Amino acid sequence: MTIEAVDTQPKPNLLNDPKFRAIVAQIVVVVLFVSLLAYIGNNAAENMEKIGIKAGFDFLGLQAGFMPTSPNFNITGFDVNTDTHMDVFWLGLVNTLLIAVIGIISATIVGFIFGVLRLSSNPLVNFVAAAYIEGTRNIPLLLQILVWYFGVLLALPVVKNSLNMGDLVFLNNRYLVAPAPVFEDGFGFVVAGFVIGIIATFFMARWARIRQEKTGEQFPVFFTALGLIFGLPILVLLATGVPLTWDIPALKGFNFVGGVQITSQLTALFLALTFYTGAFIAENVRSGIQAVSHGQTEASSALGLRPNRTMSLIVIPQAMRVIVPPVTSQYLNLAKNSSLAIAIGYPDIVNVFMGISLNQTGKAIEIIGMTMGVYLTISLIISMFMNWYNKRVALVER
Amino acid sequence: MSKSFVRTEFHPDLPPPVSEAGIIGWLRHNLFSTWYNSLATLIIMYLAWLSIPPAIDWLLISSVWEANDYKECRAGGSGACWGMIDKRFNLFMYGFFKADQFWRPNLALIVFMVAMLPVLFDKLPGRKICVPFLIFGFPALAVALIRGPVEMSSFQTPVGIAVWVAMFAAAVFFGHRGATRANAIMSGAGYSAAYIIVFIVFISWGLGLEKIETDSYGGLLLTLILAGVGIAVALPLGILLALGRRANSMPLIQILCIGFIEIIRSVPLISVLFMAQFMLPLFLPEGVKFDNVMRALVGFSLFAAAYMAEVVRGGLQAIPKGQFEAADSLGLNFYLNMRLIVLPQALKIVIPGIVSTFIGLFKDTSLVSIIGLADLLLVAKQSYTDSNWLGLEHTAYVFIAIIYFIICFSMSRYSMYLERKLHTGHKR
Repeated sequence: MTIEAVDTQPKPNLLNDPKFRAIVAQIVVVVLFVSLLAYIGNNAAENMEKIGIKAGFDFLGLQAGFMPTSPNFNITGFDVNTDTHMDVFWLGLVNTLLIAVIGIISATIVGFIFGVLRLSSNPLVNFVAAAYIEGTRNIPLLLQILVWYFGVLLALPVVKNSLNMGDLVFLNNRYLVAPAPVFEDGFGFVVAGFVIGIIATFFMARWARIRQEKTGEQFPVFFTALGLIFGLPILVLLATGVPLTWDIPALKGFNFVGGVQITSQLTALFLALTFYTGAFIAENVRSGIQAVSHGQTEASSALGLRPNRTMSLIVIPQAMRVIVPPVTSQYLNLAKNSSLAIAIGYPDIVNVFMGISLNQTGKAIEIIGMTMGVYLTISLIISMFMNWYNKRVALVER
Repeated sequence: MSKSFVRTEFHPDLPPPVSEAGIIGWLRHNLFSTWYNSLATLIIMYLAWLSIPPAIDWLLISSVWEANDYKECRAGGSGACWGMIDKRFNLFMYGFFKADQFWRPNLALIVFMVAMLPVLFDKLPGRKICVPFLIFGFPALAVALIRGPVEMSSFQTPVGIAVWVAMFAAAVFFGHRGATRANAIMSGAGYSAAYIIVFIVFISWGLGLEKIETDSYGGLLLTLILAGVGIAVALPLGILLALGRRANSMPLIQILCIGFIEIIRSVPLISVLFMAQFMLPLFLPEGVKFDNVMRALVGFSLFAAAYMAEVVRGGLQAIPKGQFEAADSLGLNFYLNMRLIVLPQALKIVIPGIVSTFIGLFKDTSLVSIIGLADLLLVAKQSYTDSNWLGLEHTAYVFIAIIYFIICFSMSRYSMYLERKLHTGHKR
């Protein structure tokens, strides 16, 4: 009797092979995606031909023919008679970066202050911080911008009756005007002194750290740094005979002449972004500090450290690890939210380029693509910087 | 020998010192514990004294509750003009929705809230019915109630009806066949196709109600529609995107998903809305018309999906690898693995994240006012530029701020309650 060898292994179905299925799925998705793109592109080409728009970036060289910003607030020196859509793009970009940078700085300060106040043992302080945080976090940013602009700043007196602060700063419903510094010859030395101060501080801090690691002796780094960074330029300023005068604004006719003007649009956007993002950062700071376990504080007091040293050496370095990643995303949000400027007419890139230039030229694809590219780049730069910083403060594991 | 005195009974407890107990003790410990705490307390009390009485006066005492135009408001008092809100209340709530049809969105909202109750609070019964109803039944019902019938030319010819019936029969057949053969993909595809067909038939019937054009939507109704459709599209799409992003065996799909998520997340919503507004009409073939509300919905949903994908990814990453491997070793295929093992755990972890994303989306709906949709914010803006109600921006803004605050704040409180409930036994 012979036993036939039976191949008990059934032939595997190709459809059940995960590798084969992965390849098929990818091919299907990519083909669908490419055909969708082709379909869209085809439609776009047809539609654009019908309306008579040609694709391309030639429009950037055409004269814009509109004034995207008020003449008093014109950082790039936009000239309505000659400048092109490319200059509109630059103007918008510079204004976007301006509001993003000052917004990030002030939101961080507000956020840290209120984050710490939220942890106060004083119930009144705690309540005020909580009311601020919950109040701003739960109301749309756009509404807050409009409230600051239409509700607060436009309700200020007109130019003629400007609020006068010591004959130097004037505030009215169109702008805030303050003395502008005028730099004369020799101010370069002061700037040089400032730069030297920063560099010297860097090396001094390194030297002090190395010395403390070797000998245990401490060096008053903070006050020396203060002296170097601010004292040195002031000394140079006095030594060169104060090459700096102030251009003080004065009311001439219907407007202020001289000084530096900050438009209410910028102020409203700045205040709204600062307080809105500040509230989110405050929550991040609070949760970061609370994430440091109480044992750490206790251990530090057991070692004999005073409360403020405990805070600066033990709690804050550990809290930073928790705080940095969410705060990064808040910075990104602030940069993106600055695009809401369009609601009150602050001349940022969305307002002047994606708004007015798009309306005038009809080049929807190019303009929206360029604007999105700008935000992509800004986001990338902020994330790269904050990733680098996060690596510095992150826990070094084995 | 000296005598010593030893107490034979306890001395009665002395009352605590007056300075340490009761109100005075509490004040000393909390409000005036250090000099800077005392200073802060005094400053805050002073500021409160400066700001709270005028605020109450503006809101309640010198406010005007009945008025026909801004002149009557100005004459009646220096406070808020609630008369304007009263006169324009329907605009704030429904926009230009037909007044005799208000019951439809109201009914949809009531049905939604009743069905949500067992989902929100697990002590209430009926979860088993309400969850499937909310996922499968409610979207069709809401479309029918709010939009009315969506015409389909194919339902008007016998041939068209025959094709739909044939498709439905085929879908059910495949679904049933897949189910009997335990082929999850086949049954899933078949039954979902059948469901989609039923859905389409239902919304084209639309309960036989009157059709209402989308451009008449406005006010809080439009805000809620945008947020609701946004989340309803974003959740499933976000889950798919998150799974695609983690599909290591399929790098091309990964690249597409990462590209979509990261690009959308790094540009502002307003540019996505502009894209939907200006580029979408270019991308569609001739004859296909999307009105403004639909365009905004498309842009808003895609934006929401990218954010939701990142939230879901956080949950997927929190599932230990052992869970995936255990499911694999049980012989579950990818679909069953996700449905039975991974997603239930991952989604449970990220519920608070989903809620907070939803709060963000709800606030972001206000951006559609920039592209000219009459949502709550634009209605408020139109109110104080109306010639009857000039210059009443404070009243309008305070009113809608209160609406936004109540909705967002209650959602965030609910999210905290959920977090506490889900974090059982991990707290010190």
